[in-house]
Amino acid sequence: MTTIAPSVAVPMPRRARRYMDRKSLVPLLLFIPPALILFVVLVVLPMIDAASFSVFDWTGYGPMTDFVGLKNYEDVLRHRHFGTAVRNSLLVIAISLLVQLPLAMWVSLALVEKRVSVNIIRTLFFLPYMLAEIAAGLIWKFVYDGNYGILPTIGDALGTDMPFVLGDKFWVMPAIMLVIVWKYFGFHMMIYIAGLQSIPTEVIEAARLDGVKKWQIVRHIKLPMIWGSIVISVFFSIIGALQLFDLVIPLSNGGPNNSSHTIVSFLYQFGILRMKLGFGGAVSVMLFIACVVITVVYRRLLFSREVD
Amino acid sequence: MADVTVDRKRRRRPEISAFQWLTLALVAAFIIVPFYTTVLGGFKSIGELRTNPFGLPASWDPANFTGIIFETGLFRSLWNSLFIALSTVVLSVLIASMAAFALAHIRFFGSKFIMSFFMLGLLFPASTAILPLFIKLRDLGLLDTHLGIIIAQVAFSLAFSIVLFHSFFKRLPTELIDAARMDNCGYLKIYWYITLPLSLPIIATVGVFAFVGSWNSFLLPLIVLNTDTNYTWPLGIMQFQGQYGSDWPKILAYLTLTILPAVGFFLLAQRYIISGLTGGAVKG
Repeated sequence: MTTIAPSVAVPMPRRARRYMDRKSLVPLLLFIPPALILFVVLVVLPMIDAASFSVFDWTGYGPMTDFVGLKNYEDVLRHRHFGTAVRNSLLVIAISLLVQLPLAMWVSLALVEKRVSVNIIRTLFFLPYMLAEIAAGLIWKFVYDGNYGILPTIGDALGTDMPFVLGDKFWVMPAIMLVIVWKYFGFHMMIYIAGLQSIPTEVIEAARLDGVKKWQIVRHIKLPMIWGSIVISVFFSIIGALQLFDLVIPLSNGGPNNSSHTIVSFLYQFGILRMKLGFGGAVSVMLFIACVVITVVYRRLLFSREVD
Repeated sequence: MADVTVDRKRRRRPEISAFQWLTLALVAAFIIVPFYTTVLGGFKSIGELRTNPFGLPASWDPANFTGIIFETGLFRSLWNSLFIALSTVVLSVLIASMAAFALAHIRFFGSKFIMSFFMLGLLFPASTAILPLFIKLRDLGLLDTHLGIIIAQVAFSLAFSIVLFHSFFKRLPTELIDAARMDNCGYLKIYWYITLPLSLPIIATVGVFAFVGSWNSFLLPLIVLNTDTNYTWPLGIMQFQGQYGSDWPKILAYLTLTILPAVGFFLLAQRYIISGLTGGAVKG
């Protein structure tokens, strides 16, 4: 459906239209296809492939002949650890929304001013976001190490023995979530700061002169005025949580006993490593549908909402 | 939210209250301590990590660092990552800007449709398509090659880059394009001599994003590469960590060597990252 023809919707004098034909066909044929081909071959087709893998039983070699219908989906949903992976991903979303975003908001309210000291703090808070997940994961693996890390040192200071958190079914998810907050809150902080800086200072000044208390200004002026930024950062939190993988691998690798898998690490562990393409395809399709549904619902509900 | 009411009516500028400073200091410590112990840990002995976690090391013996530099594939893996990242940047910028230019400046049937088609890509995170992508690269004979990673990364960054470029090109004054077209200047020339030179800020932003994304990526190289000598640095460090288990000083030294260039680059490129995040980039 990508026939390239000069626009006929806009009536043009003959000479101009000839100009369009002559002058714009070559660039079009040169400019659009590289992006289009790459995009179709490596993004769109793989997604369609995932859907077709998911209804076959296939090991990746030879023709796909063993049609099994929805059996793969059933296998995924029945899988012992899939429920854990989904629950963990939901947990990460919950912590993001309840801990990470309020922290980011609190910090950003204090760091709006354009001063050198403020700028340095801002840069510091943003730094973990730029760090590779693998590096962040290994740093924290050390922090949590029960023999040599920082956690046992804190335990000494408190006079108790700290558990080996990454090897403990109960503690492993809280430990991972702390790292998530550490790594990503600076990103959300930056989004909020950009929003806060775009509020006209006169509005705040006027309210302050009227004697409005600081927290009321936050509650009734600042927060409503950066509603757009909040909507976007919540969206990123949700989609990011569903994609979480790189951070979990160095920290816990999904363990102990597969208790800290996320959806993507589950896909890697049980679909890709074992070359169960049908099974993996089913996970991919579900994850993709989840992302699309969230995006569509989100746009309907929030992106269009006007600030009251 | 704690209730902080510090009445400073006579002050012109809002100050940061004492309580806010306190929380900021706590958060700053939370951020810094892991970095700080990592960088110093490379100089410590394993026992020292436990007895003296926060103090300066007893001796500044760089043996761990020199050992890693001369005896592991660290530099090779950094070089591999650099090559992949730079290639991804060049291709992303060229291919995405060409497409965005055509979509923004040339009127043709179906341009809106193509634009929304690319926007779909914003919904396709690479991790969902990783499995069929692996099969696709295998069928194209690109497994265990850097080229395979490069084109996959370019393909997956296209949507975001095209959106950025497109909104920037739309904001350029059309008079320039019109004037050039009056002078019988072809679109190719306009793209190369007018649009691109005017778009340096957005090129920098797209480039920095593509670079950082590529430099940090793990899942894709993990699946595509299987020869040590082709490894990117994240694979190299995971391999190293697997070898040395809990010889933490060695691992921390290795980590430090990979983190420092990243931090340096971040401090230089921060401007473009933030403008990308907060500018036209963040559209649903």
